[in-house]
Amino acid sequence: MKGRSVALIIYFVFLLLPIYWLVNMSLKTNQEILSGLTLFPREPTLANFQTILTDPSWYMGYVNSLIYVVMNTVISLSVALPAAYAFSRFRFIGDKHVFFWLLTNRMAPPAVFLLPFFQLYQALGLFDTHIAVALAHCLFNVPLAVWILEGFMSGVPKEIDETAYIDGYSFPRFFVRIFLPLIKAGIGVTAFFCFMFSWVELLLARTLTATNAKPIASTMTRTVSAAGMDWGLLAAAGVLTIVPGALVIWFVRNYMAKGFALGRV
Amino acid sequence: MAEITLAGLGHAYRPDPRQPSDFALQPMDFAFADGGAYALLGPSGCGKTTLLNIMSGLLRPSHGRVRFDAQDVTAKSPGERNIAQVFQFPVVYDTMSVFDNLAFPLRNRGIGEPEVRSKVEEVAAMLELGPDLRRPARRLGADAKQKISLGRGLVRSDVAAILFDEPLTVIDPHLKWLLRRKLKQVHERYRRTLVYVTHDQNEALTFAEKIVVMHAGRVMQVGTPQELFERPEHRFVGWFIGSPGMNFVPLERDGDGLRIPGTDHVLPDGLVGPGQGRIELGIRPEHVRITGSPGAEGVPVEVERVEDLGNYALVTARLGTATVMAKLSEDAPLMPGQAFLRLPPAWTRLYLDDRLVH
Amino acid sequence: MDKIENNKAWFLVLPVFVIVAISAIIPLMTVVNYAFQDIFSPQDRYWVGTEWFESVLADDDLHGALIRQFVFSFVILLVEIPLGIALALAMPARGWRASLALVLMALPLLIPWNVVGTIWQVFARADIGLGGWLVNALGIPYNYTNDPVAAWLTIVVMDVWHWTPLVVLLCYAGLRAIPDAYYQAAAIDGASAWKVFRYIELPKMRGVLLIAVLLRFMDSFMIYTEPFVVTGGGPGNATTFLSIHLTKIAIGQMDLGPAAAISIIYFLIILTLSFVFYNVMTRMGTGERA
Repeated sequence: MKGRSVALIIYFVFLLLPIYWLVNMSLKTNQEILSGLTLFPREPTLANFQTILTDPSWYMGYVNSLIYVVMNTVISLSVALPAAYAFSRFRFIGDKHVFFWLLTNRMAPPAVFLLPFFQLYQALGLFDTHIAVALAHCLFNVPLAVWILEGFMSGVPKEIDETAYIDGYSFPRFFVRIFLPLIKAGIGVTAFFCFMFSWVELLLARTLTATNAKPIASTMTRTVSAAGMDWGLLAAAGVLTIVPGALVIWFVRNYMAKGFALGRV
Repeated sequence: MAEITLAGLGHAYRPDPRQPSDFALQPMDFAFADGGAYALLGPSGCGKTTLLNIMSGLLRPSHGRVRFDAQDVTAKSPGERNIAQVFQFPVVYDTMSVFDNLAFPLRNRGIGEPEVRSKVEEVAAMLELGPDLRRPARRLGADAKQKISLGRGLVRSDVAAILFDEPLTVIDPHLKWLLRRKLKQVHERYRRTLVYVTHDQNEALTFAEKIVVMHAGRVMQVGTPQELFERPEHRFVGWFIGSPGMNFVPLERDGDGLRIPGTDHVLPDGLVGPGQGRIELGIRPEHVRITGSPGAEGVPVEVERVEDLGNYALVTARLGTATVMAKLSEDAPLMPGQAFLRLPPAWTRLYLDDRLVH
Repeated sequence: MDKIENNKAWFLVLPVFVIVAISAIIPLMTVVNYAFQDIFSPQDRYWVGTEWFESVLADDDLHGALIRQFVFSFVILLVEIPLGIALALAMPARGWRASLALVLMALPLLIPWNVVGTIWQVFARADIGLGGWLVNALGIPYNYTNDPVAAWLTIVVMDVWHWTPLVVLLCYAGLRAIPDAYYQAAAIDGASAWKVFRYIELPKMRGVLLIAVLLRFMDSFMIYTEPFVVTGGGPGNATTFLSIHLTKIAIGQMDLGPAAAISIIYFLIILTLSFVFYNVMTRMGTGERA
């Protein structure tokens, strides 16, 4: 028992050290960063954060990212819910094939889709819009959402559906009023995963945007300038990208173990 | 094989218990005789599973000692104290065959392969698992899996006791009685000490030689099925055993006798003695007689309802201010209305503050 | 559970079908178009058959990227899966310690991938990074910008840092789903800690391990952002994995035909291997022991 805890603590040190270093750097001036290694900021400064939070070209990056992430989560959930219900309750022509085909899209390397997406969205006039990124992220989030939700829905006894129909519920009313509340936890966990994968993706998001919908991740490349790297600013921007994720984890921490277990295993 | 002695044994889940309600299991002294078949019977939350887990060593009691024969095993782990346990849900090692499952406890104790083989085959034959020995254990049904769990206990000849924690919960009703019969055979053949936890009185009554009725962390009565039925020592036992349970009619002191309120029926007072407290009359529905005509000793009652339950009729009657249930045979039909009730003295018990006095 | 035969269920699947068709089938058709034709403009295109495939398959750069990709994914699985299992076993089971450990564990998963790259790019630098500085201070010369071995190590350690938590969380969920009775039965049967792991925990984790191996294989095989930020594929081509190679050709050189051909080969490799993994692992679990 003792040995296990020690091993775990060592791993957490390994896990937290790089993050600490990022936070440490974000509180330093560029001169201090470049002048030598210091374990703590000698003159702690919030100047880097101030720059980001007052300059629209910086903070709009966060806003853009959040907009398309939320859009993607909503789209993914609303199309995946009925489909997952169909997979968990009915047999129909090609059901297994469609399910497997959906999963293969989770396996598709985004790099493969880069160029076709670029051309497709330009042809549709969607280039550099939030919806373009949100739709592109559906490529991997919708299959994942269907997969997780199907697992949760299969855990709900079919008798509940039958009882509701006998009681005279129409399908839409039954689905929204009775069924969805039963899998609240599953919907929460799915939303978490959609949020997470859309938030961390950069390659597609960067390729499909230019200025209006530019995600924070690509704004960060601005820190390379003629004057050299602005390390402090880069670190501060990085720290701020960790915050939404950390908040989301904190809220779902009690569902986490459950959610991972209930995907179709 | 061993006699299991509980000495001053009690358990509280919270540290530093002060009052009785802090204990999940009230301190008690008890001995399970070697080779006996016992049932621990009680409603959920009565402490029977706590007691079982203490005996198996899964739980360390906060008070008292557990002894197997002369040996104090209170501090020993389940592996060290030579017991076996069958759980509520079948536990088998999924990746192993039935044979490997049965051999597992022996191999873990370093027993040689020839002996393992003969022992496993003997037990498998006894449990009718022989044809399935080579199959993966997870392919078998719940009833066969419970037999494997039991078999893992039977293969070890040094087992002090086999403990069962509601083992028939997930078994189909039509297979339950087969398994119960198998358990009886196992007991007759091996004469191991068996302790069987259940909330189902039918299971307890058919399986056990002695039943330990528990309630609120306390042992209420220990006895054979017949004793529990005929002489419940506590109001709870009377109420809990039987279907429906024992009738209880409050009595009031009236001069030298005890009277059923609202009637003229008087019992002699000498039966209870001068004690103060709540006096009740207890009688099983099976022993209540109700007839349409007033014979000797007949007390007038108002029959409220007659339910035909197949081979008997369940009669609900108003006796003074109390309600009495009676199980009557079909051939004496009764209609709601006036009738007469008799309480055979041989089956009539008296309780003072919930305890049997006569 | 018996499912009802009902083809009207297709109406429920239709929205998903449309969305995924837009975001997968149409782009994939474009890729196929490019792979078999030489396209200068929509009007000006030539059928080239398998020409792109032949030239791409003969390309040493692709061979190199492919080999590096396989070695990388192999190493990643070899390190992350056992480490993930071990850490999951070490995690506290309940209470505030479990919550805290879960939250810390999940932290790297919620960091945008380029920021993960940035964190390690900085952390591993010998001049301003704590990690790189520490290694050098121990007397081991280390500089990932000009030493291929150091670059590889950096990328592998970064991936372990980034993705082992996913394996841990999956295994942890699998472990928590094991009823206490199994551990109790094993204790009564006198099983050692190793046997408990081998005959209870490992078999019960099979489902989540399958997911973990599949996800880690697929995602490590597609890795792009993190190594691109840290090393840009260098030094030389030392850390140019398949995705980086592909993007170099598609965006960097605008060689759309060869890029499309590589894309198709790439996709097929992942599909085939995932399919093989899936079948091997599901069969392994159901196979009967003699």
